[in-house]
Amino acid sequence: MQRTISFTLNGKPARVTTDDERMLLWVLRSDLGLTGTKFGCGEGLCGACTVVVDQQAVRSCSVPLKDIAGKRVVTIEGLANGDNLHPIQEAFLKHHAFQCGYCTSGMLLNAYALLLKTPRPTRAEILQHMEDNLCRCGAHVRIVEAIQEAAGAPKGGAL
Amino acid sequence: MRRRDFFAVAGSGLFVFFKADLDAFQEPARFPGRQAGPTDFNAYLRIGADGRVTCLVGKVELGQGSMTALAQLLAEELDVPFDSVDMVMGDTDLCPYDMGTFGSMCIRMLGPVVRAAGAEARAVLIQMAAEQFKAPPERLQEKAGVITDPLAPDKRVTYAQLVEGKRIERHIPNVPVKPVAAFTVIGKSPRRKDALEKVTGKAEYAGDIALPGMLHARILRPPAHGATLKSVDTTAAEKLPGVRVVREGDLIAVLHERPDMAEQALGLFKAQFDRPHTGLDDKTIFDHLLQTAPKPQVVGNGGDVVGGEQLSKTIVDETYLNSYVAHASMETHTAVASIENGKATVWASTQAPFSVKSAVAQALGIEPENVHIVTPYVGGGFGGKSGAPQAVEAARLAKAAGKPVQVVWDRAEEFFFDTFRPAAVVKIRSGITAAGKIAFWDAKVYAAGEREAAPFYDIPNHHTESAGGWQGGNPAGMHPFAIGPWRAPSANTNTFARESHIDILAAKAGVDPLQFRLNHLTDPRMRRALETVAKQFAWKPAAKTPSGRGVGVACNIYSNVYVATMAELAVSKTTGKVQVKRVVTALDAGVIVNPDGLRQQMEGCITMGLGYCLTEEVRFKDGEVLDRNFDTYQLPRFSWLPKIETIIIDNPGLAAQGCGEPPITTMGAVIANAIYDAAGARVLQLPMTPARILEAIKKG
Repeated sequence: MQRTISFTLNGKPARVTTDDERMLLWVLRSDLGLTGTKFGCGEGLCGACTVVVDQQAVRSCSVPLKDIAGKRVVTIEGLANGDNLHPIQEAFLKHHAFQCGYCTSGMLLNAYALLLKTPRPTRAEILQHMEDNLCRCGAHVRIVEAIQEAAGAPKGGAL
Repeated sequence: MRRRDFFAVAGSGLFVFFKADLDAFQEPARFPGRQAGPTDFNAYLRIGADGRVTCLVGKVELGQGSMTALAQLLAEELDVPFDSVDMVMGDTDLCPYDMGTFGSMCIRMLGPVVRAAGAEARAVLIQMAAEQFKAPPERLQEKAGVITDPLAPDKRVTYAQLVEGKRIERHIPNVPVKPVAAFTVIGKSPRRKDALEKVTGKAEYAGDIALPGMLHARILRPPAHGATLKSVDTTAAEKLPGVRVVREGDLIAVLHERPDMAEQALGLFKAQFDRPHTGLDDKTIFDHLLQTAPKPQVVGNGGDVVGGEQLSKTIVDETYLNSYVAHASMETHTAVASIENGKATVWASTQAPFSVKSAVAQALGIEPENVHIVTPYVGGGFGGKSGAPQAVEAARLAKAAGKPVQVVWDRAEEFFFDTFRPAAVVKIRSGITAAGKIAFWDAKVYAAGEREAAPFYDIPNHHTESAGGWQGGNPAGMHPFAIGPWRAPSANTNTFARESHIDILAAKAGVDPLQFRLNHLTDPRMRRALETVAKQFAWKPAAKTPSGRGVGVACNIYSNVYVATMAELAVSKTTGKVQVKRVVTALDAGVIVNPDGLRQQMEGCITMGLGYCLTEEVRFKDGEVLDRNFDTYQLPRFSWLPKIETIIIDNPGLAAQGCGEPPITTMGAVIANAIYDAAGARVLQLPMTPARILEAIKKG
């Protein structure tokens, strides 16, 4: 159904008038021009499109726009506070926790959601939480190290 | 530097042209039929008036880190800070011709070219300063892009001051590059050039390019390879607002300004296809390959195999299989094409922008000089983006629509059109003497290709044949779909077979598998690689094999890189499930440009390699690819993660080699050998799924 959906996007109000059954991923990428969130599989199987909605990691390729009305959405574009990277970004930077970088936004947002819920996760909790985010380059070992480092770092960033 | 900024400064600065015998950096034998490298003058670097240095290369950044390592090479030889080097990669208008980013060739092949360019540019700049100072160039000193005359303290000029507003073309032949002892940038691990963009979501990939008026395309696809379209009714789709249906030759596509709306419209197509019934599937394929493979070529031979057989006390005859494997890059094939005034610009996720340029020119019927390929960051390749058919599709649709068009394959298209690592069969018959020495080795490789097929062990009597290649040249119908290079072509299959077979022989001889290998190796580099990994792993010879400990070893030589790997794992004898606990790899690759970059490649190879070991195989039937997404095609996941230890063997006497592929080649065998050691089950087929492991356990 064509209607106007209002939500909070990276701390700022956003309004989109479109078919509300459309998936959030395409609205973010195509209508709003926020291309940091990636398409990987289209069926919620890879995690490249992960964003955080009301503090929960979701697969934006499988969340219709109508489900985010009135909610707070954080994408990779909203993780840093201006030039100040979020600690999880700093940790990914330091550990080179990526190669091609295509899964990285989803990895960061999923890790961010984990740290919101569990500020000091165990290694097992990290593996379990990150399990369904796929990385073909095999940066996993560094991603785990980066999350462990960020978990020990003081909180910062915008959101 | 972003490409548009580069255009803004183009036209000023120092252009260094140098003649390099690029033939020396090509491997035509490995790529028969490919265009030879250019022999004319080429520009690889530019010094801006602001002092920043731009390095221009036809290679692309796929995640492998070449953007960083090549910048280090240039910074080293030009003697400028690493942070002052900006990379422009894979742009066919700006960068010199390059065959493609594959074969672990960035450092090994292009590296010497970039270093030579930097060294020559530095010499030219010192020469220019000498003329300005009216001093002999030998007397001048240069540090971090500043040239001074020690005898005249007022004489000081920067590279930027020398080149400002000028365009100078000079050539100084035979400028030597720095010796290893003088390196200050090579051998360090600076922050990756792409790091900040990639952790902030600002890194641009082909799918992130948005042009005014751009339409997104979804293309009608057949349900199976070999299927032909009987009829299609697009009426319902065309009724949706904003939809355009375009027929361009064999392409029937929906265009819409929103990608998901194009997808929705495509779903309304009513298409009927005639589907083939070949009877071929992922189980019958191996017999089919044996029947359809072309005449074999001898790829290794020595001594007398028949005589060797007579000397043998024990003969082992085994057949090793591997299924088709997908590349499964996280970014699917993507392109944006724009055609204006007879000129096409295409942004493509590809490993070979110059090949794409030719392909697009041909498809559009225009001259190649009217085609400009831009390669943004590529979201993984692994050989799977060696071509870029999606770029041709985007260009054809842009021409037909008269508007810029973006094509993004969905995951099912990615699996369907992938150029898989070929399914293959390797038969090895060999024997050992009463003294436990390998007396003969007779191998026949079908469909995998020739690389690393012939054994590197000291075997007096050996013969290796290979029938069918990993790319092209195979009889029609041998493979039911496209095959192509997959990270270390041939070598994963051949190393799995060879190193599994060596382990079987070791067990028959009653010799520890590490010791058995060393007993057949005089090559000091391989001995060192094995001894190095064994020390780190704390390998202890077993009293008997299998030992029940679940440890394994495998080694390989790939493009002059030596790799030795050990692994420890556990196998559930009830479920057949494997948990890999630890993988240790030692690599001897000569001079190391960026140690952290190398470790990333080694870790990536180990992790990615676990997929083809344990789960990855493409299921198909009658030309239909049954794996269409990551629910059934299982990639390695976080819970699989073993403890990974990487060892870089010091070998500064050897030039820097390529490291993106070698460390993955040992994975199949090291896991197979460790599974045998754990469960006494010899699995002869990749991937080693729980079902195959349970079957092997049952066989004992």
